[in-house]
Amino acid sequence: MAEVLVLVDHVDGQVKKNTAELLTLARRIGEPSAVFIGGNAEAARPRLAQFGAEKVYVVDNADVTGALAAPLAEALAAIVEQSSPAAVLLPTSGVNKEAAARLSVKIEGGLITDATDVQAGDGGAVQTTQSAFASNYTVTAKVTKGTAIVTVKPNTTPPQASQAGATVVPVEVTVSDLAKAARITDTQPKAKSGRPELTEAQIVVSGGRGTGGDFSPVEAFADTLGAAVGASRAAVDAGWYPHSNQVGQTGKQVSPQLYVACGISGAIQHRAGMQTSKTIVAINKDEEAPIFELVDFGVVGDLFTVLPQANDAVKAAKG
Amino acid sequence: MNIVVCVKYVPDAQGDRTFTEDNTTDRAIDGLLSELDEYAVEEALKLTEGGDGEVTVLTIGPADAAEAIKKALQMGAHKGVHVLDDALHGSDAPATSLVLAEAIKKITDGKPELVLTGLASTDGTMGVVPAMVAERLGLPQATQLSTLEISGDQVKGRRDNDAASETIETSLPALVSVTDQINEPRYPSFKGIMAAKKKPVETWSLADLGVDAGQVGLANAWTAVETFTARPPREQGEIVTDEGDGGTKLAEFLSKAKLI
Repeated sequence: MAEVLVLVDHVDGQVKKNTAELLTLARRIGEPSAVFIGGNAEAARPRLAQFGAEKVYVVDNADVTGALAAPLAEALAAIVEQSSPAAVLLPTSGVNKEAAARLSVKIEGGLITDATDVQAGDGGAVQTTQSAFASNYTVTAKVTKGTAIVTVKPNTTPPQASQAGATVVPVEVTVSDLAKAARITDTQPKAKSGRPELTEAQIVVSGGRGTGGDFSPVEAFADTLGAAVGASRAAVDAGWYPHSNQVGQTGKQVSPQLYVACGISGAIQHRAGMQTSKTIVAINKDEEAPIFELVDFGVVGDLFTVLPQANDAVKAAKG
Repeated sequence: MNIVVCVKYVPDAQGDRTFTEDNTTDRAIDGLLSELDEYAVEEALKLTEGGDGEVTVLTIGPADAAEAIKKALQMGAHKGVHVLDDALHGSDAPATSLVLAEAIKKITDGKPELVLTGLASTDGTMGVVPAMVAERLGLPQATQLSTLEISGDQVKGRRDNDAASETIETSLPALVSVTDQINEPRYPSFKGIMAAKKKPVETWSLADLGVDAGQVGLANAWTAVETFTARPPREQGEIVTDEGDGGTKLAEFLSKAKLI
């Protein structure tokens, strides 16, 4: 069976859940091999083994930081050459999509981004599912040329364990001068909110124009629910919340179990980022707000009175 | 500094975007310059405002795509290039990047200085074409930037992601993509609209670029859309008006739906 490469998403060897999801998907099309970029692969190995990685290709080279697309693409191309895989799966992120793009051109393999599902299709083709046009359509597609390259969104497949050997295979990669020509000269870590990552959260509570810039009731409700905090573009453009929390067409696309929209009218651009959420709840003073067309439950009212009351009631219900 | 800005003409997101019978994007509905490309055009205009160099807007697409060039010229870009060829219909990202790269070579006589793009188109939303163009042209890329400074041949910008804010540096020639955080695109002025009418726009075919039709188009794409299904519209659930108990009712709903 052909190998399927899975790029590992990790922080210093701590493997993220999306990697377990990708290894699970990879088993449908072949034999999963993890690609680990960085040091501390030993810390990652048990978890990679648990989800079915037969091999772990380890690239421990300071020139391939994983934070820039061009060196990452060269590293992946080297491993593709060595392993002739049926497919390469990467967790969707800005950098990973661009590395996948450069890899696609290098190895002449078809590229699909933001897949929500991956299957083995007829004749060995890799088949995928994804959303299009503000999630108004579900599209299935297949890769028709070369090694399939697919970036997969987080939180779309339940990880299933399947013990494998996870044999470490060190890989020497020489990064070209061209790929080294762009470099990261400074990194300022963002302050940790202690809340879950927006795209991985099971519950998202978002605030919009209706907050008037005061996100405290939104944050309080999010914390009670163990939720991530999102923001509409209007709120981000007004400088009320960071761009990294923006939900919508030009921000993050989320698909949680529960999405709570507070003071958000529901413009098409925002809907593009959240309408695949399983349950949608909205609070808005304007009963004509288009967000109410989407909701499972809506409250026409002022978020500054409704949210604190809901927060107290949820706390009481949780005991 | 001479800048090539790659832009795309996309179906209006406010309209009813859909697919045609051959599973490609329906481009018959009203379109416009992809919103995210306006930031790249604006940034190029700022960089050349002192009169140093010019901004060429490049697009690939059917006849209507000239509208995207027109908008950029109205904003202040100096000239436009439209790659128009029936064989391009249904081209995927790798083919698009091939044609863009060849057009950039022709525009710059093989010596690009700065290629600017938006983050992604608002129709396909893949965000992979800029990196593919950089790969094909052998250029370093500094992408997803929310600030950009160029002094001499040094390029410096900030990229914000979930975990960190990073400073990326490289040198020209380079490809840079920018986000919607970088600037506030200008509206075309009346003067700009009038001036745009006199600005040169060239229309090139694949033959003009020396690209074989067998490398592009739907039949030669490396991926194929097999099916598309409209998402069933969401059914509106219960809407209550807050009469002092809206929050309690909301909590009751969450409890009943086993979400808390």
